[in-house]
This record gives sequence, structure tokens and C-alpha cells, in this order.
Amino acid sequence: MLEEFKTFAKMVKQTGRLMVGIPDYENYVAHRRSIHPDLPVMSYEEFFRERQLNRYGGVNGRIARCC
Amino acid sequence: MSNPLSKLGLVALAILGAFALGTVALSRGESVNAVWLVTASVCVCLIAYRLYAQFIAKHVIQCDPKRVTPAVRYNDGLDYVPTNKYVLFGHHFAAIAGAGPLVGPVLAAQMGYLPGTLWILVGVVFAGAVQDFLVLMISSRRDGRSLGDIIRTEMGPTAGGVALIGVLLIMIIIVAILALVVVKALAGSPWGTFTVAATIPTAILMGVYGRYIRPGRVGEMSLIGFVLLMAALVYGRTVSESPTLAPLFTYDGPTLAVIMMVYGFIASVLPVWLLLAPRDYLTTFLKIGTIVALAIGIVIVMPDLKMPAVTKFIDGTGPVFAGTLFPFLFITIACGAVSGFHALISSGTTPKMLENEAQGPFIGYGGMLMESFVAIMALIAASVLEPGIYFAMNSPAGLIGTDAANAATVISSWGFTITPDMLTQMATDVGEKSILSRAGGAPTLAVGMAHIFAKVIGGQALMGFWYHFAILFEALFILTTVDAGTRVARFMIQDMVGAVVPAFKETKSWANNLIGSALSVAMWGYFLYAGVTDPLGGINTLWPLFGISNQMLAGIALIMSTVVLVKMKLHKVAWVPALPATWLLICTLTAGWQKIFSDVPAIGFWAHGNKFAAALADGKVLAPAKTLDQMAQVVTNDRVDAVMAGLFVLVVLTMMVFGVKAILKGFADAKPSVHEIGGAPGTVENA
Repeated sequence: MLEEFKTFAKMVKQTGRLMVGIPDYENYVAHRRSIHPDLPVMSYEEFFRERQLNRYGGVNGRIARCC
Repeated sequence: MSNPLSKLGLVALAILGAFALGTVALSRGESVNAVWLVTASVCVCLIAYRLYAQFIAKHVIQCDPKRVTPAVRYNDGLDYVPTNKYVLFGHHFAAIAGAGPLVGPVLAAQMGYLPGTLWILVGVVFAGAVQDFLVLMISSRRDGRSLGDIIRTEMGPTAGGVALIGVLLIMIIIVAILALVVVKALAGSPWGTFTVAATIPTAILMGVYGRYIRPGRVGEMSLIGFVLLMAALVYGRTVSESPTLAPLFTYDGPTLAVIMMVYGFIASVLPVWLLLAPRDYLTTFLKIGTIVALAIGIVIVMPDLKMPAVTKFIDGTGPVFAGTLFPFLFITIACGAVSGFHALISSGTTPKMLENEAQGPFIGYGGMLMESFVAIMALIAASVLEPGIYFAMNSPAGLIGTDAANAATVISSWGFTITPDMLTQMATDVGEKSILSRAGGAPTLAVGMAHIFAKVIGGQALMGFWYHFAILFEALFILTTVDAGTRVARFMIQDMVGAVVPAFKETKSWANNLIGSALSVAMWGYFLYAGVTDPLGGINTLWPLFGISNQMLAGIALIMSTVVLVKMKLHKVAWVPALPATWLLICTLTAGWQKIFSDVPAIGFWAHGNKFAAALADGKVLAPAKTLDQMAQVVTNDRVDAVMAGLFVLVVLTMMVFGVKAILKGFADAKPSVHEIGGAPGTVENA
């Protein structure tokens, strides 16, 4: 029961963060470590800034949200 | 579908849905409870999801659970991430649900709640959700490429270019009309203006906190922001009652319009982390929270709908927007039934995170069904008000005058009995001086929401708080759109001009940045200012342009979907997008044509301009213009609006020609000729 609640709470948190364009950091780290062990991994701070700029920085005039 | 229990459930849903719809549609004379409207909508959406979405998934776009999605192929933990379907649903919904579905249905309520409800439900099932779903799948099979890119590869570079111009025009109109909604809501309202102004320092504080004090703590930032906002909301009443502070936050429409433009320019050149991003966090969470709260409120309060099912204004004489049911209802309610803008989202971030094609119907089709609920709730919030109050809030001052007594007389003469006392009482309840002629959806929605929320918490005493909360919620959202929209339009302008002057493309250059932003603000600012000073109140003029442009984009996305299906040699099921595409083309072209050429000055821009030009030539001043200069302004605005409508019609026609050509070619080709990536053998890359 407690486990289920924890999973649920984690999902809610992930959803909230993804809604504003920030994917799961742990997942990013795990992915980098397993696929590209030779390449550097961004710190959370760098990761956050990179994602923020990506969402709003207008790469190719991308539109992240609707009117 | 083989499970007999689920079939039984479906039949039960169908019966319940039919009963609810019957109650909503057939009751005459007595008021209908909003719960019936909700029940009918839920049943229709569930049935559509179980039957039509699955049909499309299986037989039309043929979702293949074994096919590798871009999220898996390019997994980088950043843009491309295979994401849990519920988490992705939340992301997608937050991205597509905007202010649009809240405004359109409120305006459409002038024809009664029934026409709007039926169009939202039929539209979402057969057009809106189909578009979102198909575009999502089509983009997912092309590495998550954008709508413009897909049109370029499947229909040719010229078609791609025309579509991009269409998108730019939409951005301009959207930002202008949404800014106009805010201006309408804040004009002469110190409480509202103070609260909305307070969001700027709040967001900047959040931005600094999230960048330097506690980097990346989105939850903490948002909580701080929320608390500050609520404090500003409460303090706003004190401001509005203070004789020294209130004048500092009391502005008329034109002044607010100029403030908006200056704000839009500054905000769009600031670094994103300072203002845009933190406010977007607030916006997003507040939006989701308010939508949930509104849904709970409606279910708990179970309000009766005071608006008649159908009003006499279906004949086109309505005060809120001009024009008959066809085509203007279908233009007025764009978002919520079908929104072309979603095609940009469905070919944006979402396809890059789709874990498995089998989840396409849930995210694409289901996400849009969810948005249609928001539209239905907005319609309910507008319909629970006394119709007299609704019309007082949404009719232009040119028709009902500016004092309560006059407005009450005029509106009562339309058959919606209302006394001046009721109008002033409502204004006092919500803490405003006047609620007359506050067209644009937000204030009406705010009164409706205040009406519903106040019954759950606080009663009459908190009515003013809820009203300004609703205004704040919409304004906050729209300011984010103004900021983001200005940026997007700037990049698009830079891209287009950059094709001719390559140096202008460099987005890191400050000069380019400033020139691009200024151009972008000038474009939407023109329409905003014209709207604010418009004799018919602006919304009346500009909303149809917005509706036409948004439906036009949906038409383009559905044409593209049809082309893709035909090129896949799936022409037998190509009617699925072709049918709604045809309907949208009929609506946008008819509406566009009428907006330009109708003889009725209330509808046709050209006729309206001629009427004012003729009066101007005689040296006469027509109300509500007050000077000859204003008369000349009206004529110019009408000409510009007519040209704009003409441009939309041209874009639609061009895309139609390109679409038909591509369809004929795809039909004649012996083999599938689509440009998919990573598909089964038979596609171009794998042939």
C-alpha cells in the first residue's frame, strides 16, 4: 500500500515537472551512465538550465504550448 | 472488444448517454441541470474513445506496438525519452489546454447552450481528436518532425512555405486577441490590474530563486509564487478600495493596450529563466488546478442552466458575435471542438516521448477529449448565469450603452428580463464598478466560476475573491502566451526574412533580437490596438478572424493526414481525416467569404468599411466613433481585417490545391510513397 502510494506520488511529481518541460533527471543520469559511460553527465543544475532554455529558447521557433 | 462485459458496459454507456443527451436537448420550459450536460459529454467521449479511436488505431493509422518509436530510437534522456503513458498524457494535456477552450464556448453561449454543446461533442469526436491523434502518429513515424516539415516532405516545399506563413498569421492573431481579452478584463479594474501586475515581480523573484538560491527546485519556486499570488489577490481588494492606490492601477483600454505592447516587447527579450519560465510554471499548475476545481465545483454544486437551450440569436442578430449559426458557431468554438494549433503540439514535444505506438490513441485522441471537457465546463459556467447578466457582460457598449438602467432596458427588450439592480448588485458582489460590456470570455467565465465556487466555499462574501482569482488565472495564462507567442513569431520572422537576408537569421545577435521582437510586437500590437478602439468592442471583430485561422490550420493538418493516408495506399480509410477536413474548409471558406463580402455591415468588413467611408466623405460621425479621425481609423481597420481574412482564404485554397494534387499522385502511384522512418518494408526508406 505504502509502496503503491510512493509510486503514485512519484508519477504525479514527474507529470508536474514534465508539464513544464523538465524530464526525469534520474532517468537522464541512468541513461547517460549506461549508454555513454565515456561522456560527461550534466549536474542537476546544468540539466535544469539546459531544459529551460530548450523549452523557451525558441530553437527553430518551436512551440511548446497552445494558446 | 471481445470481452462480453465490456460490450455490456458500452451498451449501458450508450443508453445513459442517449438519456442524458435527450434530457439536455428536449427539455423545454424548465431549466436543465448541468450534471446532465456533463453526463452526456462523458458518455459520448467514452464511447467515441472505445469505438472510433480504436477503429482509427487499428484500421486507419494502424498503430504497431512492435514498431520502434523515436523516443526509443533516439533516447537521450532529454528531448527523446520513452515516457510512462499517464505522465505523457499529463504533459500533452497541459500543452494543448489553453485559454482558447475557455473563451470560445462562452461567446457561443449567446445562441443557447445546445448548439455549442453539440458542436463541441461532434467536433471533438470526428475532427479535433482525429486530427491530434493522426498528426501525433504521423510525426512519430518521422522522428517527431514538425507539421511544417512534414507538409514540406509529403506535399512539396511550396505547400510547406504557405503553411508556415499561415502559422505566423495565426500566432499574430492569437496573441492579439488574447491580449485583448486581458485588456477587456482589466480596463477600469484596479483589483484585477494590481493582481496581474503583481505577477511580474512574483515571477522574477521565483526566477532568481530557481536560478541562484535553490537551482531547479520547481516545486518550491511554484509554491512561493502561489502564496505571493494569493496574497496579491487578497491585498488587491484593499488597493481597489484605497483612494490613493486605486488610481495607480486604474487604466482605460487603450492605455492598457500600450502597456501590454511594452510589456510584451521587454518580456520577450529578457532571458527566459527570469520571467517567462517561472511564470509558465505558475500558469501551468494554476491552470490544471483550476480546471480540476471547476470540474469538482460543477459536480458538487450541480447548478441549473439558466440559459435557454437555443436562443433567437441563431438567426445571426446576436450582440456577442455577428453571423448565423452556420458557419459562425463553428468558427467561434474552435479550441475544444477542433484546434489546428494542436497539430503543432502533436508534432512537437509529444511524439518524441511516445513510448509505444499502442499508446497513441490514449495520448492523442484521449488528450483532446479531455480538452473538450474543459470547453463543456466553460459553456456550463457561462450558462449558469442569468441570461440577462450574460448579455450585459458580453454585448458591446455600442448596443447597450454604459449605464445599468439603459443596459437593463435594452437586454430586457431582447426577451431576457433583467433589472438595473441585478446588474449593479452583481458588480458589487464581485468587487467591480461595472460588469457591462466585458466581452472576451474571461470575465463571464470568472462570474460563472465565482457563482459556482462561492457555493462551495465562502458564499457571497468570497464572490469578489473568486471572481478576481478567475481573472488572474486567465490573465496569467494569457501573459505567458503573449510572451511566448512574441518569441515564436520573432523566430519565424527571423527565419523567413533570413531566407533573403541571411545575417538576420542569427538568433544570438542582439540587434536581430530587438528588430525581430519589435516587428513581432508591432504586428500583434496593431490588431490589439485596433481591437481596443473598435466600436464593436474588438472581440466581435477579431474573434472570428482567430476562429477562421485556427480552423484553417486544422484543415491544413487534416489535408496533410489525408495525403499521408493516400500515399500509404490506405485511401479506403482516408475519409476519416478527409471528411472533417472538408467540413472545416467549408466553414472557414464560407465564414471568410462572409467576413469579407457580406452586405451586412455587422458581418462584412468591407461593407462596414464602406458604410463608415461614405459617412466620412459626407463629414458625418457614426457612433461609437467620436471624431472624424476615429472614423478614418475604423475604415482602415476594416480594410486591414478584410485583407487578413482574404489571406486566410488564400492560404486555405492554396493548401487545398496542393492537397488534391498530392492525393491524385499518391492514388496513381502503384506503391506506397510516404516518407516514413523506421517502418515496415514497403515505405520509401525500406523499399
